[in-house]
Formats: sequence, structure tokens, C-alpha cells
Amino acid sequence: MSQVRVLVGTRKGAFILNSDGKREHWNVSGPHFAGWEMYHLKGSPADPNRLYASPSNGWFGQLIQRSNDGGKTWEPMGNKFEYDGIPGTHQWYDGTPHPWKFARVWHLEPSLTDPDTVYAGVEDAALFRSTDGAKTWEELSGLRKHGSGPSWQPGAGGMCLHTIILDPRDEKRISIAISAAGAFRTDDAGKTWRPINRGLTSEGLPNPNAEVGHCVHHIAAHPSRPDVLFMQKHWDVMRSNNAGDSWQEVSGNLPTDFGFAIDVHAHEPETIYVVPIKSDSEHYPLDGQLRVFRSKSGGTEWEPLTQGLPQKDCYVNVLRDAMAVDSLDSCGIYFGTTGGQVYASADAGNNWAPVVRDLPAVLSVEVQTLQ
Amino acid sequence: MIRVLIPAHLRTLAHLNGEVQLEIAGEATMQSLLNALEAKYPMLLGTIRDQVTHERRPFVRFFACEEDYSHQPPETPLPASVVNGAEPFLIVGAMAGG
Repeated sequence: MSQVRVLVGTRKGAFILNSDGKREHWNVSGPHFAGWEMYHLKGSPADPNRLYASPSNGWFGQLIQRSNDGGKTWEPMGNKFEYDGIPGTHQWYDGTPHPWKFARVWHLEPSLTDPDTVYAGVEDAALFRSTDGAKTWEELSGLRKHGSGPSWQPGAGGMCLHTIILDPRDEKRISIAISAAGAFRTDDAGKTWRPINRGLTSEGLPNPNAEVGHCVHHIAAHPSRPDVLFMQKHWDVMRSNNAGDSWQEVSGNLPTDFGFAIDVHAHEPETIYVVPIKSDSEHYPLDGQLRVFRSKSGGTEWEPLTQGLPQKDCYVNVLRDAMAVDSLDSCGIYFGTTGGQVYASADAGNNWAPVVRDLPAVLSVEVQTLQ
Repeated sequence: MIRVLIPAHLRTLAHLNGEVQLEIAGEATMQSLLNALEAKYPMLLGTIRDQVTHERRPFVRFFACEEDYSHQPPETPLPASVVNGAEPFLIVGAMAGG
């Protein structure tokens, strides 16, 4: 019998939600690391009981924790994230040079094939890799040093590397995204990088079509077609058919194309999901109606999904890492809100129900489908 | 024996119920105290001071004998009453928030 394990990171700890394949009844465990901000936790595709978590807080900094039993027990791992060489400066909000300084881990991406290899996207933006199960970390500094680094500026949430896409065909190809520098790709396992932002337009930039400086919020890809990338930019939903070499806007009939989360159906590579948010200064759904929008055509044509979601007086946000899918035959879609709800749909988005309603603000949602 | 009190979150992390007791070889300074604490409880590395620069984390404070040692140099000797165990050395999470 299949099972689903949902890993939820919140402002005050992690929660683990378990259900069988029917996804009707849920067991909730947590808070794990009570009181710590859990930006992200994620399981290894190569060993689903191997979980990596990134608790942090303003007093005591960043921890890395690892579980080898699906989250029942945890052990502290290495938390020394030291930039390679002299870190140098990036731009501060006012355009002045600002020293690169580690703040926190935003995203952990375990290797698709090796349980001991895991990547960490951090603020100030850099990519780290561990090959010893998170005991030690090494910066893939070719990204930060590739040339445009000194011109990067933070987004409102900090200058964070928040998205890491590993190519299942080629372990040397990794795509990442940084707010507010844009998307970048390596084809040689992190030695060299280049911006992949052609086609992005951001009106807030002096040159709206600049090579770097775009506030990319999230990128998703289907494992069967890793060259097709879907992006929720600050404004605009975008699509690339060539691994980011060029992008086209696919916002289409969305009522607003601002948002954070984006994901792809587990079995239909052209079916994608977003949660439109009113604007960059009003981080809540339009008209108090929480609506997921689904496109079955890879963008442009979108339909609202509302059944079971609050359609009045709802003013929560859905953050960039707070949407995920399971891979059961009837694909499950999950997302968490800043109001502490985690919603699940066991039928690809047609019907929704809350799994939990009153958690701390949800920062991330990841799903494991267990056989 | 030097007694050290650490914040609740760090006690949980280090699986401690009460205060820490440390033996320090050589001169007892704030730096040698933190070195000994981190050596005995490596899971605390990076939570009190930066692992690279050894700068105190901004929202962590050091108190002893009703004095604030937070801004003293790391090589500052600990007061005699902390060294002889009469008084604890306090590592405190600063009041912050709103």
C-alpha cells in the first residue's frame, strides 16, 4: 500500500504529515525543532528515510539536521558554510557594495542518486554541496565568481538562492535561481555558470531585459522533460523549452501573474499549477479568494480551482517552496499558507481539503510518495 | 569547575537538562570557555559565535557576576568567582522581537 509523507517547514518548526494512498486521514507529528524557523526540509529520492532539514533562528543561527528514519529521530550535522576565498561584495538595496555574508539556508536539494550528496542554496546567494551526508560543505564558487556576482542585489526577502533543479539525465547540469539576480545554469557540475534569463522582462530594472537582476521566485520542471522549465517570476509566469536558454511568457488569462509557487503534475508534463497573488505590495489572493490556477497546456490557458478552498475573506500568502506534488496514480497536489493551513487535493486539484489548519506560517512543503 | 548556563534552545540541541560544567586547561577566559564548551558539545558550533570569525552572534549576550561581558575582548579573563564555580557564566539569548 502506498503512503504519502508531507514535510512541512514553518516559522516555528517542522511538521510531518502521514497518510495512506487514499489521502483521506492524516497523522500529524511535530513540531520538530520547536521554535526554530524551518525554511526547508526534504527527503532523498535515493533513500526516502534520509531527510535533511535546515532549522535556523535569529539568535543562534543556522543548524543542519539529518534523519535516517523518516523523521522519527534527528542528528546534528555540519553547519559551517564558509564562502570560498575572499567573498567580496554584492550590491546592497541602495546600490552600494555590501560584503557577502552567510545568513541562512533557504533550500536543501538532495541528489537524485546518492543519499549522501545534498546541495544547499543559501543567503547571501551561493550554492554549497556536501558529499558526506551533510557533515561538511563546500561552496561551488564558480557561480558567485562567474562575473556578474558583484552586481547582484537582494530581493525584499534577502539575496537568497532558493531554487535548485537537478537534471535527471545529466548530473552535471544544475539550474538555480536567486532573488533578485535571476536564473543560472551549469553544465559541468558547478565549475562554470552562465545566466539563463533571455526573454525575461522586469519593468523595475533600468534595462528591463538585462542579463541579470530579475527577481525569479521559483522554477519547476518535470523529471521526464528536464529541458522544459516553468518559472514564476516576481510578475509573469514564464516557460522555457531549452533549459533556460530562452523564455516565453505564458501568463495568459491569469487574473494576476504575480506569485511565488509553481509546480508540475507528476504524470502530465504540460499540466502546471500556480497560486496567483494580488501584487508585490499586497501579498494575498485577489478578492479574498484562494484559488489555484491550473494549465493543462503548459501555460497561457488557465482554469481556476476553487472547490474546497476559501472563497471569501482569505488573505494568506503561498510562498515559493510551499507547493509540491505526490506521484500516486491520481496525482496529489499540496500547498501551505502563511496562515498555517496545508491544503491537499488527491485528484490533481479538482477538490481540496485542509490537512491541518492552524500551524505556524508555512514556509515550505515537500512530498514523498512511499511504496 | 566552571558552571555555564545556556539558553533553552541550545540545551535542547545539546540534550542538556541543567547547567554545563567545564574544566578549562590554562587561563580561564571567555574564549577558552567557549572553546571548551564547543569541544564538549560540538552541536553548539556556530550557535553562539561564528565558526570562522569567532564573532559573538549579535543576539547572544554573555553575563557574569551581574556584569555584561558581551562587548569585552574574547581573551578577557573570567572573574574569580566564575573560575571557582561560585557564580555561573551566563550565555543568554537577547530579548528581541516585539
